Amino acid sequence: MTNTIGDLEEADVILITGSNTSENHPVISSYIKRAVKFNGTQLIVVDPRRIKMTTFASHWLRQNLGTDVAWINGLMHVIIQEELHDKAFIDSRTKGFEELKAMVEKFTPEYVEEITGIPAQQLIDAARLYAGAKNAAIVYCMGITQHISGTDNVKSLANLAMLTGNLGNAGGGVNPLRGQNNVQGACDMGGLPNVFSGYQPVTSDAVIQKMEAAWGVTGLSNKVGLKVTEMIPKALEGELKALYIIGENPLVSDADLNHVVKGIDNLDFLVVQDIFMTETARAADVVLPSACFAEKDGTFSNTERRIQRVRKAVDSPGEARDDWWITTQIAKRMGVDMDYENAEAIMAEIAQVTPSYGGITYDRIDFEGLHWPCPTADHPGTPILHKGQFPIGRGNFHAIDFTPPAESTDEEYPLYLTTGRVIYHYHTGTMTRKSEGLNERVPENFVEISSKDAKAFGVSDGDTIEISSRRGKISAVAKVCTTAVSGTVFIPFHFAESAVNMLTSAALDPVSGIPEYKVCAVKLAAAQ
Amino acid sequence: MDAQNTIVINGNELPFTPGETILQVAQRNSIPIPTLCHLKNATPTGQCRICVVEVKGARSLVASCAAPAAKGMVVLTESPKVIEARRLVLQLMLSSGNHNCAVRVSDDQEWSRFQLDVNQYDQSNELCPVWGDCELQHLAYQYQVSAERFPRTDVPYPMEDINPFIVRDFSRCIKCGRCVQACNDVQVNNAISFGYRGTDTKIIAAEDKPLKNSECVFCGECVQACPVGALVEKNARYRVRPWETKQVRTTCSYCGVGCQLNLHVKEGKVVKVTGVEDVAPNYGSLCVKGRFGFDFINSEERLTTPLIKEDGEFRKASWEEALSLTAEKLGAIKQTDGPDAIGVLTSARVSNEDNYVANKFARAVLKTNNIDHCARL
Repeated sequence: MTNTIGDLEEADVILITGSNTSENHPVISSYIKRAVKFNGTQLIVVDPRRIKMTTFASHWLRQNLGTDVAWINGLMHVIIQEELHDKAFIDSRTKGFEELKAMVEKFTPEYVEEITGIPAQQLIDAARLYAGAKNAAIVYCMGITQHISGTDNVKSLANLAMLTGNLGNAGGGVNPLRGQNNVQGACDMGGLPNVFSGYQPVTSDAVIQKMEAAWGVTGLSNKVGLKVTEMIPKALEGELKALYIIGENPLVSDADLNHVVKGIDNLDFLVVQDIFMTETARAADVVLPSACFAEKDGTFSNTERRIQRVRKAVDSPGEARDDWWITTQIAKRMGVDMDYENAEAIMAEIAQVTPSYGGITYDRIDFEGLHWPCPTADHPGTPILHKGQFPIGRGNFHAIDFTPPAESTDEEYPLYLTTGRVIYHYHTGTMTRKSEGLNERVPENFVEISSKDAKAFGVSDGDTIEISSRRGKISAVAKVCTTAVSGTVFIPFHFAESAVNMLTSAALDPVSGIPEYKVCAVKLAAAQ
Repeated sequence: MDAQNTIVINGNELPFTPGETILQVAQRNSIPIPTLCHLKNATPTGQCRICVVEVKGARSLVASCAAPAAKGMVVLTESPKVIEARRLVLQLMLSSGNHNCAVRVSDDQEWSRFQLDVNQYDQSNELCPVWGDCELQHLAYQYQVSAERFPRTDVPYPMEDINPFIVRDFSRCIKCGRCVQACNDVQVNNAISFGYRGTDTKIIAAEDKPLKNSECVFCGECVQACPVGALVEKNARYRVRPWETKQVRTTCSYCGVGCQLNLHVKEGKVVKVTGVEDVAPNYGSLCVKGRFGFDFINSEERLTTPLIKEDGEFRKASWEEALSLTAEKLGAIKQTDGPDAIGVLTSARVSNEDNYVANKFARAVLKTNNIDHCARL
């Protein structure tokens, strides 16, 4: 997030898109709901499903799946047309406005309606509301990123915020909600193929030299590595021979699972480090038991870039050990000494080599976490990014055209499928499905379907039905409800025994490598 | 000091900012005023009358949670009149239900008929499930009242325990309404409200349905807000007492909000979770997963030993064996096929320290940049 969670209550208008906030980030949704209820904040929701947040919204725009660039360009078309853009901000802090203006020229409300299904007047109203606000915040999540156009979608939202001067201001900003406790931290710590910790590029000679000196090694690679979504095909082709997987379950979470299974099977060596015998661990040659969050010291960095303490409350079961300990022990046996006394000693090294974490110590974050960038010991942290200036100087407008999703419906596969989570479960369910209570609330997989589609396909509430895509089929219980909008069904991805990722498409965003989980074409049939 | 904006509390002249309540001024200056219905950051309701104070010149006692401080006000927080009023409020509350803490009948060494009755009702041989963790009990002790002044009133509504998370014990509800505010004003889930009237008043979900058939999403904000034993975590009820546990503050391991929570540990196990109040980002709020989804920690299915696969079956192995085998295999592949034939998937679930070490391992030990995690998935 460019801004903080608490900052949402300062917004005059909040635009939520691709985030089922009340189910996936319930505590953040409360900030938004309070803003609407007590502060008069106006809420715009753009989402293909009639999610709970739409009931708090003054405007719900229902777009066709995978058409986000079109409606965002449409909003900008209206804003520029009606001269609601922030000229001072654009002049002083951005570049590329003319190219953007030329690009959005054709995205008239009528043209956008054709692509997205959003009525022209609704688009105009939303544009006026968003642009007319003193401070308007954008909140988004995987509904924006998990598309072949995911990167374009994110850039388009950034365009929209810059166009209206909503960056660097309290109650504004572009705010992605992170779905996992430490996805921010995993990125910050160099868990990415192209950067060391603190986003220092592996392709920079200066960075390589710095890290070699800090780590006391030579020969660090300056070649960008493989993304997770590239590793699997490389495994299938036999180029990738071994994988060391820590706390991940790609055999449930990845798109087009049949393909993933084949790739994993083709490895010469797989080591999996986890707290449970996951589907992925079962495929491993060696399984290493690790400690869970309640059993370790350390830090997580949350969605607002706040670095917060994790503290050991109980002992880990049996011989399970801290993840970092296990990794350093393998390193030692490969001839590299990576000993640390404890997690705090690792943080000291992180602070030394990571500019944005330079001022972080356990003492400083003992009571309340700090937001990075926090470069020095006396730096107060940075709750709001891009105040006064962007790190790159001027913010770039990206002129982006609409590209349709990779897959569309046809006579054989007449319905769209989109995927996500429910409030009672988490990701691949390895943790939440160990809870009797959570299982009682949502015991099994289901497919959410509108009453109109249910009627058209002869499905009744509670029926077990078969859902197939061009890649696979699963069965699930039909849940006829008002959340679904006709033409699109929804299935959560928590259930390994009925894994929706058997159906999803592995078409990738060309830049980020994110699969298009949010759009594929399916058909329904009575279960055999 | 600007005489325009000061009040006098118990003889101390104290500044205030316009709009502040008497209670807020007192709390800011560490002057204790008891509260029950008051929920921080929510609109005061003045429902319970326990926070009454004497204001010079006022005809009756004033609820300090709702009354704004005014220029020149002279306030007494523990005058005889105030104490008498609070005692009455407490006596009435204690007589209305199953408040079977020791204070209800203070002198007798024996268990009373009443306590035995309540034990039977609760199917427990212990005193109230929140004994020692109850604001009503605490105040009854502080003001030295028992419930014997008024006859005991019947329990009007049966207990509800048909959901997996929360027991609603109406026999211990003092109708302060904190839960209603927690639900409607803090989490804004709008699941519960005041229903019926007068002595029939009940906190209801939807049209008086069980929670599980209402809008309730079991965030448990109401449980944390409840000052008495009316709303208790089902798994902790009669099983977890505050003096048996230690609390360890940490960060939730589910989504990316990073809620601050207290793990309540009893005999080496996490038995209850509460939100940490007064600190960002969640100020005490949690969701159903954070508050109730901790069973996995103690799960029998946790991996407890390294495993090595032989002939398609896993067998237990020592750390030395498993680590050496892993190092040997990775080393051999690095040697024959090059560093880029190996990949590392680190995790959005583990700590910064774990991730940093994984990043260093891939780059400095394996010498590859083939490292990623599930941010994209």
